[in-house]
Amino acid sequence: MQPWLHAYAALGVDAKSLILPRRGSSIPARLYLLAPSDALVLYNLLTQVTPTLNTMETLLQQIVNGLVVGSVYALVALGYTMVYGILGLINFAHGDVLMVGALVALQVAAYLQNTWPGLGTTAILLISLGAAVPVCMLMGYTIERAAYRRLRNAPRLAPLITAIGMSFLLQTLAMIIWGRAYHSFPPLFPTAPLQPIEGVFITPVQVTILVASAVLMVALVLLVNKTSLGRAMRATAENHRVASLMGVDTNKIISTTFIIGSGLAAVAGVMISSNYGVAHYSMGFMPGLKAFTAAVLGGIGNLGGAMVGGIVLGLVESIGAGYIEQLSFGLLNSSYQDIFAFVILGIVLIFRPTGLLGERVSDRA
Amino acid sequence: MNELAQAIPYFGSRNPRVARGIVLALMLLAPLLAGMIGNTWIRVLDAALLYVMLALGLNLVVGFAGLLDLGYIAFYAVGAYTWGFLASPHMGVHLPFWIVLPAGAGLAAMAGILLGFPVLRLRGDYLAIVTLGFGEIVRIFMGNLNVTNGPQGINMLDSLNIFGWDVSRNIQITESFQINALTSFYYVFLLFVVGSVIVMRRLQISRIGRGWAAIRDDELAAKAIGINTRNMKLLAFAMGATFGGVSGGLFGSFQGFVSPESFTLLESIAVLTMVVFGGMGNLGGVIVGAVALSLLPEVLRYIALPIQQAIFGKVLLDPEVLRMLLLSLAMIFMMLIRPAGLLPANARYSREELVKGLKEKQA
Repeated sequence: MQPWLHAYAALGVDAKSLILPRRGSSIPARLYLLAPSDALVLYNLLTQVTPTLNTMETLLQQIVNGLVVGSVYALVALGYTMVYGILGLINFAHGDVLMVGALVALQVAAYLQNTWPGLGTTAILLISLGAAVPVCMLMGYTIERAAYRRLRNAPRLAPLITAIGMSFLLQTLAMIIWGRAYHSFPPLFPTAPLQPIEGVFITPVQVTILVASAVLMVALVLLVNKTSLGRAMRATAENHRVASLMGVDTNKIISTTFIIGSGLAAVAGVMISSNYGVAHYSMGFMPGLKAFTAAVLGGIGNLGGAMVGGIVLGLVESIGAGYIEQLSFGLLNSSYQDIFAFVILGIVLIFRPTGLLGERVSDRA
Repeated sequence: MNELAQAIPYFGSRNPRVARGIVLALMLLAPLLAGMIGNTWIRVLDAALLYVMLALGLNLVVGFAGLLDLGYIAFYAVGAYTWGFLASPHMGVHLPFWIVLPAGAGLAAMAGILLGFPVLRLRGDYLAIVTLGFGEIVRIFMGNLNVTNGPQGINMLDSLNIFGWDVSRNIQITESFQINALTSFYYVFLLFVVGSVIVMRRLQISRIGRGWAAIRDDELAAKAIGINTRNMKLLAFAMGATFGGVSGGLFGSFQGFVSPESFTLLESIAVLTMVVFGGMGNLGGVIVGAVALSLLPEVLRYIALPIQQAIFGKVLLDPEVLRMLLLSLAMIFMMLIRPAGLLPANARYSREELVKGLKEKQA
């Protein structure tokens, strides 16, 4: 027996009955298995591996989860895409700003719960958000002012390496302040999940995340498209020098962009840590990377693209994680979830570097 | 040897012969000097040499060819795991080093080409992100596959056995005098480093090296003058990966176990920082950067801890935090203050020289 026959035997399929060539056929056995008429056989193979997962409810559940995660990605991606659009810089530290936001909010919330036990959860949430957002805005401003501004005309690798350094610096500082431990985020939301459809659950936190991120995104789009600040931002993204000739204070606009992006990241950080219930010093890295992927997927420099990219990435990731075991014949499992983002990133950059909605040319190096 | 000695800053150019002697003596005597303080320091030196090799390999990709690779540690991992597969009880295979090391190097080179093909068209920061993703994918796979024994990694790797000489065994010369295994490892690694430096030096001034430099400086122009940019870039990835693979194999034999923990993004970044800190594209600089940034954290570990104990009565910053702090600050401040690194690579011709040459030609 050939080795690949063993694989089918392991799946409990009588391989020989499937693979023996038809009478009189000259097609080799292996090709025969892959012939289109045998799609059914393959399908049966798939369903035999994990038959229970293959239900409508699981799919819907994964979609709900994907939407929630995706909208957080979208919020973070907006920060990346705005900065990239204006400076052409991947702000690696953006994900870590998110982490600082989450940890500051956690600290404030824990403090409030201890000192004023009578305070309502909504009030605590709002106050801790009110603390985290300004802290992150200040941090975003400082990072740009201290490190990136001086490198604006430097060769391209310099700002990128600085950004990586900045990201690690923030992580280290967070490690010094908060230690390596996973801190549990105080439960500020009712925990009983809602069940809009039989078998599909959504927690109140998730509902809040969906609503809040939708509101923030709409607000941002309005800001960029309808206000004079937004016009200045678009002009700066188009061409620094011309914008400054037209009377736009480009330095101020760039700072503002960092401040807005960092504020959004802070909110996203609070969302992530209240959804998963934990926060720690390196929590910002993966969401940051995935949000960047989302920004590229949608078309970097494009606000709508960042949103679409975020949602699509969230969906692909969560649906993919649910089905990866079947798709890979049980070889991989959901601990490979993080791979999706990187694979998507690679594919998009290679085949459609402008992204789904992008019109910018990627080759700016 | 000459190649290494030329790297000494300032002094090297003024009094090359003495400088060369000093470098040579330092290189050869370092483990003996370190051994006087303690065996840990020889171990630190061994690790530093491995970092030097990694930094040299990454320098080939980043410094010579200008391709920013943030997933370089993946090749190190490939080399180390190859050693784990082919020379440990894990698979029950115990092949000699002259098969395993080339195998690791070859596999790493293949991984390099595998990474290189899809990212040929990418440049600058996009390339950085995709290579970073590649590094993470490799790490995730190694941490989850059954073949690699998941997060536990592979244990009890064979040590380096060079034609019957087991490097990991102490050599008893007389009753009271023995050569420490760590010291033997040092000299073996040193040999490999010197070999790499010579290869690098030759590569840099070869047709290939000049092709890489042309691609780094202006890809379009390089293409226009007839350089096959695709092959050259793939070659850069493959050759860089080869060095990573070799040092990975040595690392596996030295440490005796491999686990995904050793191949995190932080390590990729650490190697990149060494290259950047020392001076991209300059072999001497890269070596200095790698040695400095791998020794400094250890020195800090031994100096900063007692100081903290004395002043605050407890340890505020543990060594790992100090290392990260050092690396990140080195990166940021180097870029702000001295973007070309500690010992910048000198361009073959300065602008003035070119202009002068052009005028002479016209006249």
